[in-house]
Amino acid sequence: VTGELGQLALCFALALSLVMAVSGLKGTRPQDLTARKIASGAAMGLFVFVALAFGALTYAFVTSDFSIIDVANNSHTLKPLIYKISGVWANHEGSMLLWVLVLSIYAALVAGLQRGGERLTSGALGVQGLLAAAFILFIIFTSNPFLRLDPAPFEGAGLNPLLQDPGLAMHPPMLYAGYVGLSASFSYAAAALLVGEAGWTRAARPFMLIAWIALTCGIALGSWWAYYELGWGGFWFWDPVENASLMPWLIATALLHSALATEKSGAFRTWTLLLAIAGFSMSLIGTFLVRSGVLSSVHAFASDPTRGFFIMVLIALAIGGALALFAWRAPTLQGGAAFDVQSRETMLLLNNVFLVAACACVFVGTLYPLVLDAINGTKISVGPPYFALTFAPIFFALLLLVPLGPQLNWKRGDLKAAWRSLYPALGLAGIAALTVLALVSPRSVAATGAFAVAGWLIGASILDIRKRKCARASAFAAALAHAGLGISLMGVAGTTLWRSEALTVLAPGQTMTVGPYTLRFDGVTRERGPNYIADRGHIAVMNGGRVSTTMLPEHRFYPAEGADMNDTAIHTTGFRDLYLALGDDRGGGRFALRAYVSPLAPLIWLGGLVMALGGFLSLWGRLRVKETEPVTPAPAAALAAE
Amino acid sequence: MKTVIALLLMMVPALAAPVADTFSNPATEARARNLQRQLRCLVCQGESIDESGSPFADDVRHLVRQQIAAGQSDRQIEDFLVARYGDFILMKPPLQPDTWLLWLAPFVVLAAGGTVAWFTVKKAARRSACKITSL
Repeated sequence: VTGELGQLALCFALALSLVMAVSGLKGTRPQDLTARKIASGAAMGLFVFVALAFGALTYAFVTSDFSIIDVANNSHTLKPLIYKISGVWANHEGSMLLWVLVLSIYAALVAGLQRGGERLTSGALGVQGLLAAAFILFIIFTSNPFLRLDPAPFEGAGLNPLLQDPGLAMHPPMLYAGYVGLSASFSYAAAALLVGEAGWTRAARPFMLIAWIALTCGIALGSWWAYYELGWGGFWFWDPVENASLMPWLIATALLHSALATEKSGAFRTWTLLLAIAGFSMSLIGTFLVRSGVLSSVHAFASDPTRGFFIMVLIALAIGGALALFAWRAPTLQGGAAFDVQSRETMLLLNNVFLVAACACVFVGTLYPLVLDAINGTKISVGPPYFALTFAPIFFALLLLVPLGPQLNWKRGDLKAAWRSLYPALGLAGIAALTVLALVSPRSVAATGAFAVAGWLIGASILDIRKRKCARASAFAAALAHAGLGISLMGVAGTTLWRSEALTVLAPGQTMTVGPYTLRFDGVTRERGPNYIADRGHIAVMNGGRVSTTMLPEHRFYPAEGADMNDTAIHTTGFRDLYLALGDDRGGGRFALRAYVSPLAPLIWLGGLVMALGGFLSLWGRLRVKETEPVTPAPAAALAAE
Repeated sequence: MKTVIALLLMMVPALAAPVADTFSNPATEARARNLQRQLRCLVCQGESIDESGSPFADDVRHLVRQQIAAGQSDRQIEDFLVARYGDFILMKPPLQPDTWLLWLAPFVVLAAGGTVAWFTVKKAARRSACKITSL
């Protein structure tokens, strides 16, 4: 009966989300204390019931209850426990339930933390309630995970082996925490428009940070997974599904910067509201792209036009509604900050211009082929070369400007002084560029430029950290995040520009060389995993006639799913990856072996971690000082009054 | 579309004369690899001809190498493939009237954003100056 319990819990959740929506919006009226209390209670209740529904589905997956269609289609008794659990969200229905679960967690946090004024919080809960109701309706009508199957099959159909991986088990929850986290900023922004409260950025800041951290980790995790799982040694493919996660990240990054200016000096007030709306809109569009089946890519495992249509209407209502509210209410907001041309505000605005242009680039590149195909049937591909010519220069220009921002004061800065104080960073950039020029052949402009910029970013971060050495930990947040960019940039440059590779067919005992390594193929053994059979290659990495390490790449066959899979082997020194993928059996014990040497590859994800750590420091600082610092009225209002 | 691909798949092996898997001249090899990266594997999902292990990619790789060996330029090879498979095979979309928007949009957004930012900053700076004089 767990399926029916889950179904019932979902219906209760729907009712509660409607209560939350109505009472939350009603609670934006000054005197309506009762409505505000009801909205908070409903938010907690919503979380409990969605969690129950999710728990019921998880239970069905863990116990392999194949009388539920969703379980029968996506699970198998022999699957390891972790993939039975991750199977819950590795399919369309379950992943939408996870989406709503994350939304309800954020709603409960908004209700529990009560940041910002009572009316603001109430309005935010109201909007969260509307979103929850819409998505629960979507689940019940088009994607019900609790539908029964009669008669129940003896065995499930299994799960795509590509998804049976610890990295990808964690990837969707992480990414959804980011996608849906932006709904909190969205709801706060809408509520701020409704009640006319200026202090919303302060209330919503922790949610923006959580969403940004989760998106950063989610994207890094997804790219790491693609790197070790897909077997080509690449880390980013400009696949529409990857792009769908990059767009919200770019806007969330812009939002973090713009909201900071709004909070500290009252600048860009309406723009920040618009970004909060745009950020969650990108999440919705990403969900649409992935979930509607309009794309055919590695990750798109859902296709049903009614779903696509439902999500499209939902997006139109959410984005259209928010924009209408914006058009109606934004002009009434006090605006117009005062700051000099040479100020941190100007730099933050430039940051936003470049980030939005970068997002536009990803947006157009992802959607243009779909639109063109729909209009006149022309099929074009927008692949990596397009993004190399559009996204890369825009993002590169942004990176050049990053170090200047933190060196300029709010309101009135001194660009010359900022520039002078950055001389050491410039020196580090020069050293990095010269080192690359001197040590690496053939010489490459791209590599030299990338390392110069990485040196510039990291140098500036070190200067920033030195300058604030006695400050609270959270003061280092920006420096860490910016240094993370530099670290990732080095990894990206090293991997793309200096990768060496070799594809050879080897008989046991033969050797091959790739980059600085000599590899000896010691044959293949047949191994049996819990739900697969594998050919395991034994490859000795030679170091002057001695075996320094043995690597075991596998070629797996999953009988339940009837699918083949590569399990790559990666040997890393921290600065260089040796990456092996076992290819086909060429008969007579001979196998094809693909080997890559990717210099600096680990830095790509290390940089992502450092960025996320910067986010954590900022978040920690925020939550700690919450009670001690009074909400200061933004100075812009005072300025505008003069 | 699918039938077209299937037909072509049958045709290609017939065309392919034996060609070396790799060119001995490193410059030619690099050229072939670069060209392979610019071509999409039509039966795969988001992979280039260079990365894919599919039979289709195998055949196109062969075709590319054959044409290079026959002294064709990159441009001629691309044109040849586009004539057969359509623009979809090019990873880099061609610049033509129906893709102008695609290529220009990011820079239009950048320019528009830059202009708005310029006026915003000017206005804020004027306010800032007024504030100083009024103090």
